[in-house]
Amino acid sequence: MSRSEYKMLSARFDKQDGHLLSVYEADGGYKALRMALTSLKPEEIRDVVKESGLRGRGGAGFPTGVKWGFVPEGSEDVYFFVNADESEPGTFKDRYLLDYDPHQTIEGTIISCFAVQAKLAFIYIRGEFGWLVDRVQAAVDEAYAAGYLGKNILGSGYDLEVIVHKGAGAYICGEETGLINSVEGIKGQPKIKPPFPAVSGFLNKPTIVNNVESVASVPYIINNGAESYKKFGTEKSCGTKLWSVSGPVKNPGVYEIPLGMPFNEFFHDYLGGMAEGEELKAVIVGGSSVPVLPASEIMNCNLDYESLMNAGTMLGSGGMIVIPESSDMVELIQVLMHFYFDESCGQCTPCREGTGWLHKIVKKLRRGEGTAADIDLLEHVCNGMAGLTICPLSDAAVMPMRSFIDKFRPEFEALIQETAPAEPVSRWPRGEQE
Amino acid sequence: MNNPVDEKAGLRLSPAGAARVEALVAQYPTKASALMPCIWVIMDEVGYVSEAGVDFLTEKLELTRARVHEVLSFYTMFRTEPQAEYTLQVCHNISCHIMGARPIIAHLEKRLGIRLGETTPDGKFALEGVECLGACGLGPCLQLGKHLYEHLTPQKTDDLLDSLRKGVVPRADTDREFPSGGETS
Repeated sequence: MSRSEYKMLSARFDKQDGHLLSVYEADGGYKALRMALTSLKPEEIRDVVKESGLRGRGGAGFPTGVKWGFVPEGSEDVYFFVNADESEPGTFKDRYLLDYDPHQTIEGTIISCFAVQAKLAFIYIRGEFGWLVDRVQAAVDEAYAAGYLGKNILGSGYDLEVIVHKGAGAYICGEETGLINSVEGIKGQPKIKPPFPAVSGFLNKPTIVNNVESVASVPYIINNGAESYKKFGTEKSCGTKLWSVSGPVKNPGVYEIPLGMPFNEFFHDYLGGMAEGEELKAVIVGGSSVPVLPASEIMNCNLDYESLMNAGTMLGSGGMIVIPESSDMVELIQVLMHFYFDESCGQCTPCREGTGWLHKIVKKLRRGEGTAADIDLLEHVCNGMAGLTICPLSDAAVMPMRSFIDKFRPEFEALIQETAPAEPVSRWPRGEQE
Repeated sequence: MNNPVDEKAGLRLSPAGAARVEALVAQYPTKASALMPCIWVIMDEVGYVSEAGVDFLTEKLELTRARVHEVLSFYTMFRTEPQAEYTLQVCHNISCHIMGARPIIAHLEKRLGIRLGETTPDGKFALEGVECLGACGLGPCLQLGKHLYEHLTPQKTDDLLDSLRKGVVPRADTDREFPSGGETS
């Protein structure tokens, strides 16, 4: 299979002016919308997306069509949110989707909104993507001018407004209830589920929150049918997935590949292996919140939801962080624990206190002041955090913490002995703390 | 970027900014839901939200001061104090760290004569460490205003500083021509 055959989402990434409406339309853009509005019923769209096996690409992997089905039949005032908060460290795919091909996501948004009969949609873009907010707004303006948005779209009688909403720097707003609260004009702190947003979300009305990549997949599915989508991937992990690859590989970047591809093949054929002079040590495969796998384990994995789950990690957002042999794993976990401590919304005690303690204890180890009891204490704190909070941020800190200790324990233990390890070399002088 | 607010005179938005606020209030389903975008209008025009800005928001959106303050303080990109002319925000999260964010930060500290988190005495530059900017495969990177500078090297950061010292913001890696206006926020 040639690479271009399975470019459902990234076909226009390299295209000159691929972000313009005229270029998108020349490529058959908005054909799916026309078909959806003129010849399909909302429930038929929900069914075809359900049949396609499309799973939420933000991290949780919940079937998109099933999520849509949770909106109570006959609801009025349904809201739709496109989650472009993209804040999971290691993830930068949605940025590419919106930068290079914003109309694909806008078309997907309109079809998705029609499927759940939403009248107002928000595209929530993280505040750090300031330039991207302008680009998406420009594309939305083009769509309004062309009659794809607004009143009586393409003469169908269906009305839809889209608001491009700019975040302001809060990781937690990537969580769907946090994101909804954020647009309501309050702190982006998550809410207890149930009720799920599909039943009671924005302004207590039924609300669907979908990741950019999920929404961007919808036009392909409508144009080509569920069977064509399912041709790619595995039985339970259907379609393609965008992977954002960072770290010292020869060719970092965003890649679209069918789910289920062996990591080994992806690593060598697409990424070109490691950069000159670097050796592979480990990979965090699905964004910083999933468990790390050492090189020996990831090399035997296939890149799909089930295989990665069986290997003890998760596909997550597809934010693949490649860690070289020269990295100090305790240093890296300090970086990550600082992040989770910084981003905890402070609502639940286990997370607010736990993330701070994990960061503090790791720092203590790196200062050379730790004892064996501190490694046990890290595990003890993790036990008091996992699964005990309103949202998964607490677990998101625990998963890397536990797995770093589990897979790279000697590096932690080396810090409690008299002598520091000769290898790996620290890129961050030990005297300097954060 | 900063136009210090005369607290007694209250917040003065430009006609375009004031019109933008009215449009947002009309567009969002509730007044409260227009809070974040209205804060962005003030951030873009003034550079920070002073007490006069809080007064403006409470009146315009019929919110309590506590509600406005809690939102202002929750989001790291909202500021309530005057900011440096150029705030350089270097990503220090895992991917950029692996690709050498620390040496870039050290280099900037040396060139600016300040530590991370400080502002130069002339108020021209501030240096901040920030969490992931979504440029992981393009790191190390830094954010300046709406744009990102990627694949940073000491040479590239030097060129950036030299240009900013002359008052010129160089073309960023995310800076491209936009097809059809559509300036927002």
